[in-house]
Amino acid sequence: MMKKGNNLSQGKEFVARDFLVRYGFILVTLISFVSFFATQDTFRLSTTFFSMLKYTSVVAITGLGIMLSMAVGGLDLSVGATAGMAVTLSAMTMVVYNKPAIVAVALVLVAGILIGCLNAFLIVVLKIPDLLATLASMFAIMGLKLVPVNGRSVSSGMMMENGSTAPGKFTDAFLKIDSGQLGPIPYAVILWMLLTIACWLFLTRTTWGRAMYAVGSNPEASLLAGINVKLYRSLAYILSAFLASISGLILASRIGQGDISAGNSLLLDSVAVALVGTSVLAMGKPNAWGTALGAFLMGVVITGLTIAGFPYYGQDVVKGAVLLLALVFSFTLSRKKSRFISAV
Amino acid sequence: MKKSLEIRSVRKSFGSNEVLKGISFRIEPGEIVSLLGANGAGKSTLIKILSGAFTEFDGEILINDQPANISSPLQARSQGIETVHQKINEGIIAGLTVAENLLFDRIALGEISRLASPSKMVREARNVMKSLDLDWDDSILKDDVFNLGIADQQLLLLARALSHSPALLILDEPTSALSNAEVSRLFTIIQKLRADGVAILYVSHRLGEIEELADRLVVLRDGVIQSIQSKPFEWADALHDMLGMDLRDSQFGIEEERGTEVLLSITDAQIFDESKPWSIGIRSGEVTGVIGLLGAGKSELARALFGADKLKGGTLEFLGQAFKPKTPLDAIRHGIFLISEDRARDGILENWSISNTTSLPFLKKIASGKILNFNKETELATTLIERLRVVTESHKSTVDSLSGGNQQKVMVGRWLVQNSRLLLLDEPFRGVDIGARREIAQQIRDLVKAGNGAVIFSSDIDEILESADRVLIMVEGDVKFDSYLSETSRNEIIKKMSEVA
Repeated sequence: MMKKGNNLSQGKEFVARDFLVRYGFILVTLISFVSFFATQDTFRLSTTFFSMLKYTSVVAITGLGIMLSMAVGGLDLSVGATAGMAVTLSAMTMVVYNKPAIVAVALVLVAGILIGCLNAFLIVVLKIPDLLATLASMFAIMGLKLVPVNGRSVSSGMMMENGSTAPGKFTDAFLKIDSGQLGPIPYAVILWMLLTIACWLFLTRTTWGRAMYAVGSNPEASLLAGINVKLYRSLAYILSAFLASISGLILASRIGQGDISAGNSLLLDSVAVALVGTSVLAMGKPNAWGTALGAFLMGVVITGLTIAGFPYYGQDVVKGAVLLLALVFSFTLSRKKSRFISAV
Repeated sequence: MKKSLEIRSVRKSFGSNEVLKGISFRIEPGEIVSLLGANGAGKSTLIKILSGAFTEFDGEILINDQPANISSPLQARSQGIETVHQKINEGIIAGLTVAENLLFDRIALGEISRLASPSKMVREARNVMKSLDLDWDDSILKDDVFNLGIADQQLLLLARALSHSPALLILDEPTSALSNAEVSRLFTIIQKLRADGVAILYVSHRLGEIEELADRLVVLRDGVIQSIQSKPFEWADALHDMLGMDLRDSQFGIEEERGTEVLLSITDAQIFDESKPWSIGIRSGEVTGVIGLLGAGKSELARALFGADKLKGGTLEFLGQAFKPKTPLDAIRHGIFLISEDRARDGILENWSISNTTSLPFLKKIASGKILNFNKETELATTLIERLRVVTESHKSTVDSLSGGNQQKVMVGRWLVQNSRLLLLDEPFRGVDIGARREIAQQIRDLVKAGNGAVIFSSDIDEILESADRVLIMVEGDVKFDSYLSETSRNEIIKKMSEVA
């Protein structure tokens, strides 16, 4: 029995508000892009555009991981530490042990999956709330990665404990991860796009993704609908850490050394882009394209302001403002209840 | 002070949807008027207007024949209108003690200091409880309100409302969480309030309660008052007006089915730590009704059979094979489905469409491999909407936007449209009007006729009488009585239910 015309919308005010909630964030992105494009000569260069995207890809890919953990109603705080681990581990493998790039990449990805399994174990088996469990593992990872390198950054030609010089270096193949291009498009950007498409298809077109959203929305109802809640929560954290280790590889390739502070600021930036993503198109839930757009807007604003001579130390204020704007779209203006992060 | 309430030509629209189309009636001091209407008739909207939650509407509210301005819940209270809402969670403030909850309105207004000592709170709370003859001791009053059972929470909200000595009292389904003894205590209080001259608007789905309490009956359908009756009520007319269809000819009694094959045998089952073990066989081809008061162990049994909880003891055999469900998924794979008691907490996913909610337990069936097939999903939802006559704009509408009865149709229907061997329904008719109730009951009957089993867990005897073939009575975790309905009577069932071990 279909009923017609049960529409809550009323008058122009509501139409305008709905439009704003739905397209507001895309508009903001367009406006900032166009205004920088119009006013800053350097911003118009295509090299600026692609280097901005390349710069953004690390945060964007980590944000995809956080977005997946948010989809199951949690939040993975250990992604920044995982990316940092990837930097140190790949440096160790190539510089200290003189192994080829492929070994470094494989080790980092395996380590990422293991970290994901650890988080899943803490959350699903030991039943520690998501935020607290990943906070603990964040500290553990940050600390543990310092042990084999004695708390020092690893760089080519550095002095080892026994007085000899480190035998290896960041191989050219490894450096290509960040610097390589397909035509004008950097590999990192291609990777970002492919992973965004993969996450999007995964979440919206597969039974796995549907089940993950269900778990995030109401775990008890999901359990009673026969969903394996533990499995999907675990899966989200494993994928999240896996994506963080990929972004760690890009970061390592960009820095070209095992900087122990790498990845430190990544967590907050990627939480921000994933949160921003929930407001895009009034989705009200974590989603892949929203996260990508959130990262893109952050990239545009930061790059544009930097070119315009805005001081670097003011960047966080801008990020905060962008996030706040997105949250106003999600919570204040939207009539749909937005809900994510039910942990703690 | 005695007050009359008059509602004059009240209209309310949401967008293009007119929910109340000019409602007028009057409640005199010392009168109980009952509002009867199916889900979506406009009862909740009217209550929200009277309690000050909706302030934009056309028409007039008059108190003692003077136009009253009810522009906020606080205003409503100051005019002597108290409302006890149906949703208990919206009134209880978790994290506060029972005493603080009882006194909450006065604390919020600053009449009682926020820093008052616990012993002062308890003293004040005692006075409030006198209005309901509640005899909770100090340790309960100091306890977190969360530790109260749902029935006691309901009583708490009533006590809080009565503490303001209202002249006009609105009760929205006040008995849905109460046991029979508590209901009769509540009725004594309501009758005393009437004798004191309070005007009462009583909203309920339970016809027996209205018969017992109400002086007049207002029947609402599609936002229009269909009829107003004074005692004695003509129920057939009232139901006809409420549902817009003729139930006078349709049979109340159903033809009893008797199954032969035991589908699920339960041996030495123990529900609570100290309850007695019992054994019973659930047969296919008949509807088993499990009736018991709140806390008798019905939900515990249902959840254990579904693998959502564990029995304290005992074994299960399904179709002759040992059956040990560890998770609901195990049970679902065997064709055992549970429609759980609390659809808001255990069923509805916020912002999820009818389609997505319907397909969730059966994602495999709408997917090729792991890839979702949206056409199949839409087809499934359309089938449900048509078969259970869900009133909705589209299969894409969110379940939370539907009226209570239609929400329940979706929650029940998503399991009914699949092939189940044994369907467990825990309070499937709660908050559902008679029309929806009959439609759901008919679907269950069809399922059973096709050779499957169904168990309805309910605390409402009319629901069991109307929908089951066989009745099991649970008292304190024990099955006290097992009979076909044709071999017992309503009185016998009530007597057995109230027997204590």
